[in-house]
Amino acid sequence: MNRRLILPMLLALACAVPAVAQEEQSTAPYAYRQLDDPAKEARAQRLMETLRCLQCQGQSIADSDAPIAGSMRSLVRERIAAGEDPEAIRRWLIERYGDYVSYAPQLTGLTWPLFAVPLVLVLLAFVLLRRRFTGRAGA
Amino acid sequence: MSQTNPKAPMWVLWLPLTLFLGFAGLAAYMLAHPADNTVDSKLVGKPMPTFNLPPALPGRPGLDSKVLANGKPHLVNIFASWCVPCRVEAPQLGELAKAGVPIEGISVRDTTENLQGFLQENGDPFQRVGADDDGKVQLALGSSGVPETYVVDGKGIIVYQHIGEIRPEHLGLLLDKLKDAAE
Repeated sequence: MNRRLILPMLLALACAVPAVAQEEQSTAPYAYRQLDDPAKEARAQRLMETLRCLQCQGQSIADSDAPIAGSMRSLVRERIAAGEDPEAIRRWLIERYGDYVSYAPQLTGLTWPLFAVPLVLVLLAFVLLRRRFTGRAGA
Repeated sequence: MSQTNPKAPMWVLWLPLTLFLGFAGLAAYMLAHPADNTVDSKLVGKPMPTFNLPPALPGRPGLDSKVLANGKPHLVNIFASWCVPCRVEAPQLGELAKAGVPIEGISVRDTTENLQGFLQENGDPFQRVGADDDGKVQLALGSSGVPETYVVDGKGIIVYQHIGEIRPEHLGLLLDKLKDAAE
């Protein structure tokens, strides 16, 4: 590449701005501000890490920079600051968005096999292996 | 080394292959039918949450949820000036407004100036526009994006949620839902 072109190109890059600001950033008070009380902030952080961002699904609201995640962070922090229980906030969101909004698995009529099957498999393995080991010891 | 048990029944031999084919079949099916990740509001069929949003525009009332229980069905449109699909649905909202449907707006994370520009450019079908600057009411409604449109009956019960822009082919469905809500 022509070396004389590099500087003007770098300058042009530096001047480039995003063509369209796609979305307004969240202006909610606690979207980007931590709570003053470290214990409450820690509690809020623990909850935020287990809530799904509804826009960039797959990220938690603690990790996401989407505006709606900012609004959700602010909601969580404000409610924790007001003394609400983190699990109550989770329930409030599940009431509106369904289980999908929470990363913490809930034990329900639909999900209990997920918890039961590993136990059943461990029991089955124990029964099968015990027969094999006792057989070998006896032989 | 492992010994084959001469007493193992025939079907045991086929079991691993059957399991594998089962998994492969499931994987193929799931690949062909990707999961629908639309997050719909669980509030459909339930009363509109109580809120009172300040006016987003000078000279136009904000949105108090009490208005939605005044005996007539309403459309509640969640939108924003920064939202591109909201421009796409603007003509359809205009048509609904012309048909006499009361449309109430909730503008999410917006500014008065941008909002005025947006309405000037795309038409203004709204009776009231409430400013949801921090997105709290959006969360209270179980809305996961913009635009979304709720059909609310005269008692303030949410009867239908439309996610995404309203395209011309959705008008019939929305008008039907509004008619059902009026009964």
